[in-house]
Amino acid sequence: MKELMLGNEAIARGAYEAGVRVVSSYPGTPSTEITENAVRYDGIYAEWAPNEKVALEVSLGAAIAGGRALCCMKHVGLNVAADPLFTAAYTGINGGLLIVVADDPGMHSSQNEQDSRFYARSAHVPMLEPSDSQECKDMVARAFAISEEYDTPVLMRVTTRIAHARSLVELSEPTEIPLRDYVKDMRKYVMMPGNARGRHVVVEAREKRLAEDCSAFSDLNRVEMNSAKLGVVCSGAAYDYVREALPEASVLKLGMVYPLPKKLIEDFASRVEQLIVVEDMEPFFEDAIKSWGIPCCGKEKTGLQGELFVRKLSTLFAGAPDAGPQETPGVPPRPPVLCPGCPHRAVFYVLHKLRAHVSADIGCYTLGALKPLDAVDSVVCMGASIGIAHGAEKARGSSFARETVAVIGDSTLMHSGITGLVNAAYNESTGTIIVVDNSTTGMTGHQENPLTGKNLRGDIAPRVNLVKLCEAIGIRRVRVVDPFELKELETVLKEEMAADELSVVIARRPCALLKSVRIEAPVTVVADACVKCFACMRLGCPAIIKTPGGPVIDTALCTGCGLCQKVCPTGAIKKGGERA
Amino acid sequence: MKQIVIVGVGGQGTLLASRILGHIAIAEGLDAKVSEVHGMSQRGGSVITHVRIAGPGETVYSPLVEQGGADVIVSFERLEALRALPYLKAGGTIVLNDQKILPMPVITGAMEYPADALERIQASARVIAVDALGVARACGTGKAANIVLLGVLSNLLPYGPKRWQEAIAACVKPAFVEMNLKAFEEGRYLG
Repeated sequence: MKELMLGNEAIARGAYEAGVRVVSSYPGTPSTEITENAVRYDGIYAEWAPNEKVALEVSLGAAIAGGRALCCMKHVGLNVAADPLFTAAYTGINGGLLIVVADDPGMHSSQNEQDSRFYARSAHVPMLEPSDSQECKDMVARAFAISEEYDTPVLMRVTTRIAHARSLVELSEPTEIPLRDYVKDMRKYVMMPGNARGRHVVVEAREKRLAEDCSAFSDLNRVEMNSAKLGVVCSGAAYDYVREALPEASVLKLGMVYPLPKKLIEDFASRVEQLIVVEDMEPFFEDAIKSWGIPCCGKEKTGLQGELFVRKLSTLFAGAPDAGPQETPGVPPRPPVLCPGCPHRAVFYVLHKLRAHVSADIGCYTLGALKPLDAVDSVVCMGASIGIAHGAEKARGSSFARETVAVIGDSTLMHSGITGLVNAAYNESTGTIIVVDNSTTGMTGHQENPLTGKNLRGDIAPRVNLVKLCEAIGIRRVRVVDPFELKELETVLKEEMAADELSVVIARRPCALLKSVRIEAPVTVVADACVKCFACMRLGCPAIIKTPGGPVIDTALCTGCGLCQKVCPTGAIKKGGERA
Repeated sequence: MKQIVIVGVGGQGTLLASRILGHIAIAEGLDAKVSEVHGMSQRGGSVITHVRIAGPGETVYSPLVEQGGADVIVSFERLEALRALPYLKAGGTIVLNDQKILPMPVITGAMEYPADALERIQASARVIAVDALGVARACGTGKAANIVLLGVLSNLLPYGPKRWQEAIAACVKPAFVEMNLKAFEEGRYLG
């Protein structure tokens, strides 16, 4: 039976067919759907961990205990999980361990364009890379076989165009993989210096063996000989583009991207007149191939930034005319926006009004940086907001702290904001931290987290008590406000920013897109009462439209949240609009 | 190879349309790839889905339609059709839901929604403009606007109406099948 599956769905299916027992992950585009699909299969225990480091530790624990385990994350998540990754390479596994990492060339939904293949090389862990959904599924089984044969964690890299593209997948039946025996082995799993020195030798020997063996992994690394004039080394989505852009060329398709099959590449290079390397992001293959003394060309033509695509390759390597980046002139951009009814809007509206310095964080609320809210000074990585605000205070003094707030979401706080919070309390910050608690992980599509009271399966789960958590850390000033009580929010923020000690303001209201949130009747502008001051436009609500005759409510979009009523100085916005 | 680009505004239901096309490809025994957009752009931003369905015996490698490659652009919104024009093949067709959704720079008054958007689209391509939202509402739910557009699209692709009906039935919730099939028929009639 064939199904049209997302690459991510196929990876989850592959995990099911490969007898995976435990999946632990943290959501992140473009990796989220793997774990969301894995939880639906019988026999798989799947969970959202608070962050990728914990997720990898859980998965490693399952593997050491003898079960096959899977851990999924986006590329920047692997930075968080790098600590256990590097040492898991030393301990090796018992049951197989697969770590899927999803890179985002072109940054569709990410803050940087990092290439995860370098992690494979620096941690000395093999890495596979599929080119379509069928390979996504098949390579999961292959990865577990390699993991168990070579006693190593295995990485699998996907990119956005593989993770979020649907293609045909032939389904198979799941295989029964019994638990392996659990044997205490202190020298293998206790990584103190004396043991780790011994394991480093094992790691090096394993990598050498894999590097030699992988030239013969013909199911992963495949030569497609065609014209001898041009040979292309590629992997992943780049292979798909090469096959269409350069149909005459011979292709060495790498399914194993680390370690590289040196013998196979040397042999391929010797059979073609000109060798090129086509890879998304960094010159990972190219640098290695050049270091072996094989002339080739790649990044000097394709560049380091953005995504590859067919037309780019046919222009660069097949002499097709350069059509250039075509855009229709005079079309206003349509950036993403905070949704109508979004509780974050109120927070950024007030922060803009107070002219605060705002270090924000990763989530929907990053959009508070865009006009007209225009209320964010910096966003770096998950959990960074609190540390950045604290550092700014230490550099510029507590008077600066009185004008500064950190803004962080509930899921991001649980991910890696807590340690920043502890640091701010411990090192006597006098700043203000706003936790925008919308009871979900919004941007990635509504995943549960330790503050929502539910788990990945949708079951009721213990819920972190945020107020008590702050108190336990030693923070005395903790306030909870409903951000839609706009006046109260402003008063509380003014008081807490002025206070000479650390404050946490929990702005709590659920995401407007949650099914449990009731949509109210839309509001309407009473033309006679409107003085056309356009104060409501400062909210940046997509349901309020500026017209020469005054603001107009798009009743198809309005959720009746009433925020605009509260900012209207003449009371010209009333309940009771007709839903379009 | 049939190449279709589906564009709209995040939240408009473009993904269901591409899923139905995928179903048809499987039923026809054809290779296909569908590239979707998840994540940040879904929050009211421009979204684009690429659908490539092979001819008999062909293989689809790239999941993306290249600029100048689309046989049809299905647009859920006027401005997005204008933005997506470079994807259209010479002689291609645009199926347009003639709705205007204002982007934030227009809402705030910083930029203008091009008044001649429809004329510019019509000047560069064959356009079938329909009021999919109005037609869908008449069928019982505005949410079936995407299915009305698929009805129009079905006249431009070589797959029989039965295939479409089966795919729609397989992809929407059982309670809404009848309503959506009606929306599909209305769309077919419009196109």
